[in-house]
Amino acid sequence: MNPVNYLYLAALLFTIGATGVLIRRNAIVLFMCVELMLNACNLAFVAFSRMHGNLDGQIIAFFTMVVAAAEVVVGLAIIVSLFRSRHSASVDDASLMKL
Amino acid sequence: MSAAAVHSLWTTAATSPLKEQISKIDAPKIEYGQLSPTLIVIGAAVLGVLVEAFVPRKSRYYVQVFLAVVALAAAFAAVVGLAAGGDGTTKAHIAAMGAIAVDGPALFLQGVILLTGLVAIFTFAERRLDPEAHGNRVDSFAAQAASVPGSDSEKAAVKAGFTTTEVFPLALFAIGGMLVFPSANDLLTLFIALEVFSLPLYLLCAVARRKRLMSQEAAVKYFLLGAFASAFTLFGIALLYGYAGSVSYATIADVVDGSIQNIDPALADTMGNDALLLIGVAMVVMGLLFKVGAVPFHMWTPDVYQGAPTPVTGFMAAATKVAAFGALLRLLYVVLPGLRWDWRPVMWAIAIITMLGGAIVAITQTDIKRLLAYSSIAHAGFILAGVIATTPDGISAVLFYLGAYSFVTVGAFAVVTLVRDAGGEATHLSKWAGLGRRSPLVAAVFAVFLLAFAGIPLTSGFAGKFAVFKAAAEGGAGALVVVGVISSAIAAFFYIRVIVLMFFSEPKADGPTVAVPSPLTMTTIAVGVAVTVVLGLAPQYFLDLANQASVFVR
Repeated sequence: MNPVNYLYLAALLFTIGATGVLIRRNAIVLFMCVELMLNACNLAFVAFSRMHGNLDGQIIAFFTMVVAAAEVVVGLAIIVSLFRSRHSASVDDASLMKL
Repeated sequence: MSAAAVHSLWTTAATSPLKEQISKIDAPKIEYGQLSPTLIVIGAAVLGVLVEAFVPRKSRYYVQVFLAVVALAAAFAAVVGLAAGGDGTTKAHIAAMGAIAVDGPALFLQGVILLTGLVAIFTFAERRLDPEAHGNRVDSFAAQAASVPGSDSEKAAVKAGFTTTEVFPLALFAIGGMLVFPSANDLLTLFIALEVFSLPLYLLCAVARRKRLMSQEAAVKYFLLGAFASAFTLFGIALLYGYAGSVSYATIADVVDGSIQNIDPALADTMGNDALLLIGVAMVVMGLLFKVGAVPFHMWTPDVYQGAPTPVTGFMAAATKVAAFGALLRLLYVVLPGLRWDWRPVMWAIAIITMLGGAIVAITQTDIKRLLAYSSIAHAGFILAGVIATTPDGISAVLFYLGAYSFVTVGAFAVVTLVRDAGGEATHLSKWAGLGRRSPLVAAVFAVFLLAFAGIPLTSGFAGKFAVFKAAAEGGAGALVVVGVISSAIAAFFYIRVIVLMFFSEPKADGPTVAVPSPLTMTTIAVGVAVTVVLGLAPQYFLDLANQASVFVR
């Protein structure tokens, strides 16, 4: 199968993730959409790696997974602390600093 | 098929050629000496995590502060040693198998980041501003970040005298990432450094002692938007990798120029696809512009600057900007000079809206931390004007500006921590009325910083702005200089307004008090004033230094 099709799929997943970040209101869902974007990047890296016949892209995919895992640790800690003090994970409720 | 033949499908004899091949793989060559500043800081951060695990709670604070200060001082000494040994000029080279560049801009910015990090750590360690809680001196950070604000567990944590000493290793990790960021020489290192310095900053934003709901809100906003922006950066990196078949800066630059040798069919195919290159560059640059807080990627800046604990705000306002502009400079000057006719118009537009947008919106602000946030956006625009110059003078002007600006910022936010009322820091501008009558020294110091932000002569801000605008004008961006001067004038208005408010209005009866800090914060403020005045009165030596350091290695 032509590897370009995988790139289209990656772009599609990335766009779905980005759209989700923009339209959803729950911090956890937003965060899952960001993870979807990172996974779309991974797919693009691996597809390009196959096209170019070198391993750089596959290795970067591993790094991305580790970064995504680290981001989960930090992100969930922050979102859970926000949820525990407000009983809501909605990003619209977090508006103390609006002018 | 015989059993032995099947077996050989997944086993191999001990003396096969494959095994010899594996033993012949060259181990990567790591130049530990050239990388020592980063290694010292990251090593100290790892030690700091161990300190959290093994040292008794009573002595953790002292051990952590000692460790952080010694590590940053040692790393700065290492940077000075490398620069004196010529690694920044004649012996500039690429280390760690092509991952990290050791050259003038990298060493200069690493030195600036380490020094601002050092003076910022002093404000982290300050324990005399808040009143004592149950006989324990407390700093700006929550007793226990995990406890719910206002809950019994929080009161118990305060009573037990807990403090979040984890902020010191977190700050060291962030500084370690910032040291790598401007010296990254491939896109993978760039991305990893971006995450290594961003993730600790998200956490640091969330751990304020006072106004904890705001602090948590700031952290959530910073985290979600930061993760969103870094996902864009990563997809841009993927597209650039697809375009050039490599993430190394030098290879991508060759492919962009068309000067690359031995093109294989796959590369010939992707090289012809300008969409990959242009969209990829746009997305990577967007991620960097988010970190520097340029309009239209600035929306997080005011909220995060206002909500984060003020020492953290000062630290990230200064050091993040230095690191991110370093990375942006290297990307645009080393990787994409062949594409400058495409990126210059876009950066022109971004610089103009950043300068004007930051300066105009700042006028309406009523909170001192938000005001400084918008002022930092305007300053990002001024620095972008120097970046657009695409001349060696542009590089040195940007380096000088970053050095001057970062110390003013750390100093200004340190002064903000001193002005307090019953609820913690009194950040509303109306509270600052008449401060000059009540504590002339603090108000005078803050006035010096504001004049430096405004770029009044005899301060470092003027020297920096002059250098940047001069470089931009010589680089053919005259219109940009005109816009820059106009927005400087607008910005001067609100800086002067704060000075007038402090010195020429009557103090309110229920006004804030000015806390007397320990020598730690005094050192931070004194260093800020000293750098501001010295760089304002005698900038030549430092301009020469930035000039010598203005050549990228490729």
